[in-house]
Amino acid sequence: MTHAALHAAATLTPTMHTTGAFSFTWLLVVIPLTSATVLLLGGRRTNSWGHLLGVAAPVASFVLGLILFAQLIGKPASERSFDNHLFSWTFVGNFKAPANFQIDPLSISFVLLITGVGSLIHVYSVGYMAHDPGRRRFFAYMNLFVSAMLLLVLADNYLALYVGWEGVGLASYLLIGFWYHKPSARTAATKAFVVNRVGDFGLSLAVMLMFATFGSFTFTNVFGAAGSADHATMTAIGLLLLLGACAKSAQVPLQSWLGDAMEGPTPVSALIHAATMVTAGVYLVARSAPIFNVTPTARLAVTVVGAVTLLFGAIIGCAKDDIKKALAASTMSQIGYMMLAVGLGPAGYAFGIAHLLTHGFFKAGLFLGAGSVMHGMNDEVDMRRFGGLGKYMPWTFATFGLGYLAIIGFPGLSGWFTKDAIIEAAYHKGGTSGYLLGSAALVGVVLTAYYMTRVMLMTFFGEKRWAEDAHPHESPEVMKWPMVILAIGSVGLGYLLVLGSRFADFLAPVVGKAEDTAFKPIGLVGILTFVVMLAGIGVAYLQYGRRRVPAVAPVAGPLVVAARHDLLGDAFNESVFMRPGQYLTRLLVFFDYRGIDGFVNGFAAFIGGTSSRFRRVQTGFVRSYALSMFGGAVVLVAALLLVRG
Amino acid sequence: MPTAILASGLNASGPETAVFWILAPIAVIFALGMVFSRHTVHAALMLGGVMLILAVFYAAQDAPFLAFVQVIVYTGAVMMLFLFVLMLVGVDTKDSLVETLRGQRFAGVVAAIGFLLLLFTGIVNAGIHGSKGLHAVNFADDQPARGVENAGGNVYQIAKLLFDRYVFAFEATSALLITAALGAMVLAHRQRHTPKLTQRELMQQRFKFGTHPAPLPGPGVYARHNAVDTPALLPDGSPSPLSVSLSVELVSQKHGRAPRPAELGSSAAAHHPASGKGQSE
Amino acid sequence: MSPTFYLYLSAILFTIGTLGVLLRRNAIVVFMCIELMLNATNLALVTFSRINGTLDGQVMAFFVMVVAAAEVVVGLAIIVSVFRTRRSASVDDANLLKY
Repeated sequence: MTHAALHAAATLTPTMHTTGAFSFTWLLVVIPLTSATVLLLGGRRTNSWGHLLGVAAPVASFVLGLILFAQLIGKPASERSFDNHLFSWTFVGNFKAPANFQIDPLSISFVLLITGVGSLIHVYSVGYMAHDPGRRRFFAYMNLFVSAMLLLVLADNYLALYVGWEGVGLASYLLIGFWYHKPSARTAATKAFVVNRVGDFGLSLAVMLMFATFGSFTFTNVFGAAGSADHATMTAIGLLLLLGACAKSAQVPLQSWLGDAMEGPTPVSALIHAATMVTAGVYLVARSAPIFNVTPTARLAVTVVGAVTLLFGAIIGCAKDDIKKALAASTMSQIGYMMLAVGLGPAGYAFGIAHLLTHGFFKAGLFLGAGSVMHGMNDEVDMRRFGGLGKYMPWTFATFGLGYLAIIGFPGLSGWFTKDAIIEAAYHKGGTSGYLLGSAALVGVVLTAYYMTRVMLMTFFGEKRWAEDAHPHESPEVMKWPMVILAIGSVGLGYLLVLGSRFADFLAPVVGKAEDTAFKPIGLVGILTFVVMLAGIGVAYLQYGRRRVPAVAPVAGPLVVAARHDLLGDAFNESVFMRPGQYLTRLLVFFDYRGIDGFVNGFAAFIGGTSSRFRRVQTGFVRSYALSMFGGAVVLVAALLLVRG
Repeated sequence: MPTAILASGLNASGPETAVFWILAPIAVIFALGMVFSRHTVHAALMLGGVMLILAVFYAAQDAPFLAFVQVIVYTGAVMMLFLFVLMLVGVDTKDSLVETLRGQRFAGVVAAIGFLLLLFTGIVNAGIHGSKGLHAVNFADDQPARGVENAGGNVYQIAKLLFDRYVFAFEATSALLITAALGAMVLAHRQRHTPKLTQRELMQQRFKFGTHPAPLPGPGVYARHNAVDTPALLPDGSPSPLSVSLSVELVSQKHGRAPRPAELGSSAAAHHPASGKGQSE
Repeated sequence: MSPTFYLYLSAILFTIGTLGVLLRRNAIVVFMCIELMLNATNLALVTFSRINGTLDGQVMAFFVMVVAAAEVVVGLAIIVSVFRTRRSASVDDANLLKY
């Protein structure tokens, strides 16, 4: 597809002004926000019913989202974009920032994911956080998180998107550091916030560059002019957007915060990994499709970042003994797949978003399952102390197992549909880069199969390696049913989305559509993928199913040690950024003290010293003053005589 | 008529030159003497001399009115005021002429000489040759018709200027003088810290201590002199110490005079004028 | 005779007066020196009047006298009150307003 055609695809869809149900789009954002405000300001009075309100808010948003979705698919494809003008935020000269919401196929997909999966996680949290004294605060933050994320995906301009972006960052900070009495949680929250700031910096620069180039922030204006703008500028904007996406979606090189973010309560991890936070980067790239379409350089950068991250995350996942950290690494890897897909351009947008949606379901299911395991095992997270739990937690085992099969891409489950499509699209790109990217994705499949099987085996199979006081039990109903629903989604969603390229057609008005998007399950790539997946499972089975799992991590080679330490991401950051930064700060402080302060103080001392000397002239003797007056008079008379000649 | 004589008498070039060259050096000497005399009273007298000489110069330059004003106001009023304050402050001590401020004398002299040279340069540069003289102006509108002799003249002309062109300035000076008088009163006023004793209280006080309830003795029945330092003679011929003020006594002692009463013990009072002379020193 | 000589005399007297102000410590003498300076200017004014053939210079000298009289009154009152509190008429003793 040529660029011109792409633009036509992107701009063909005229934005309708809202009528009927679409004029309530803003409620999607406002309902959870109001709930968060009530819970935060209400204080202890709301303790008794706070969690109910907290659950009701995303559910209400989800219902409204469903209504809007039904309305939307009732329209012809070319009219599926609605603008909900709320109020004029700021108008200063050319600087126009309206508070507008936009409903189109892309945003409604995200709305349904965020509110749907989000609601399930909220329901689950009622049980999970039942005994936590800060449950009301927890629900307030969760609602804030959902609200910010909805604002992010519903905004019709980059400035409002940026507000949502920052809101997500704030909410993630609050939730990761929810148990702020733990120093590790505080550190993790700060780390997530700081790393995200790097990305925010990139996004804000991109927005500024857009305004400087196009004089507008709105998607309509920016995308409409994207084709005619300077190519270098567009590449710069694309790379800056990618920097923002990297931080939010935990892509290399800004991946380090994700592992530590496990310090938050498990539902938070589920929310971050499935519905809200990390999907924002993928959304940003997909939403900015018209920008990336005109810059192959930026697209290539996106694919490279995606490919590197999917391997990076997978390798880390293979070495982690902490169940949540293993899942976190897996998220990093899966988001890498998505980035790779959206970096491929029109061929991959639909697959990337589809994988994002299915991943939202099975990753949420996996995290909730992990939370359920921890709930039954006195908050133990070390998989070397699990084992044989399948018998004691049948529901958790079943739902977790379905999520496991989905994520490794077992044929027929949703992961298979979406991930295989990405791998195929990568190969389909052609050339050396396509081959390399596809191969990387394929290696990712082996690793994914390996580490997920490892998690599965270490947790639910084998002999018991529990602590003495562990009494594993199934979780309560309120936690069980969300997992069940998510498991159903994990199984069926891919089929629903990919088969017959339904989802690609649905998204086409927003991101454009490649000619060849039909999913071909039984191709060469499909068979290859299946084979390597089986290989991964087999290796893991040989290593963890057949042998006894040692209670302490065995001594291992340098690669494994590195992977256990997040492939030295922190060490890299520390040695490359933190230490030089500290030295730079010290240098600046030194310069400030000695140079600037020294100059200022020295000057002040000089003035003070000379003044205290000159002060002596003020003797208090009136005759001295008279003498100086007289001297002045003499000089004046002399000057007068000189001037008059 | 006297102004005319003064004016015309000195205005002739010859006598004026003579007067100038006689009096000008004297004025300069007096001025220097004023600056360098250690005794304040001498300085005041020398200033008076300079002022008188200036009065002569005014008269010589067709300014008879100013000449008289100079004598009356300066040598009369201002110099009297100076002497009065001198007496108030004390005339006994001589000023030290040792310079206490380092470099003040040298710098002052250098600046003064420089200033003088500059002024001389200015006067030379002005290139004044001769003068128009004031005789014509002073007697400009002589009005014999009025029947007043010398109806014109300097005083008449100055009065015309003063009450005509400079009348507002003149009125302003009146305000200035009143303000100055008020200021002097305010500055010289002494605040009373104790209530003024009434006559009754004074009487009670006198009787309370009982040393001398009656008024102090006056000059006395047999007094032959009414000088304040001459004690009264009592009926038995002995002098009364109470009749001489203590402060007068102290001044006499300071000037090396023997106590008066002893001297006056004899009936021979012929030396009294000498004692008066000693006082005025 | 040329009136210029009066001007020279005036300049000399004025300078002597200045010198006295600078060198003498006794406030009363300083005041006298100021009077000498005023008189010197009066002489110059009278001489100018004569040179120019108008009486304005004399009127000016008259005003100077008035102002001098007022100044003497106030100045001497100040000297008296200073002497009353400090028991001294030296201008160097009143030197508290300094560094």
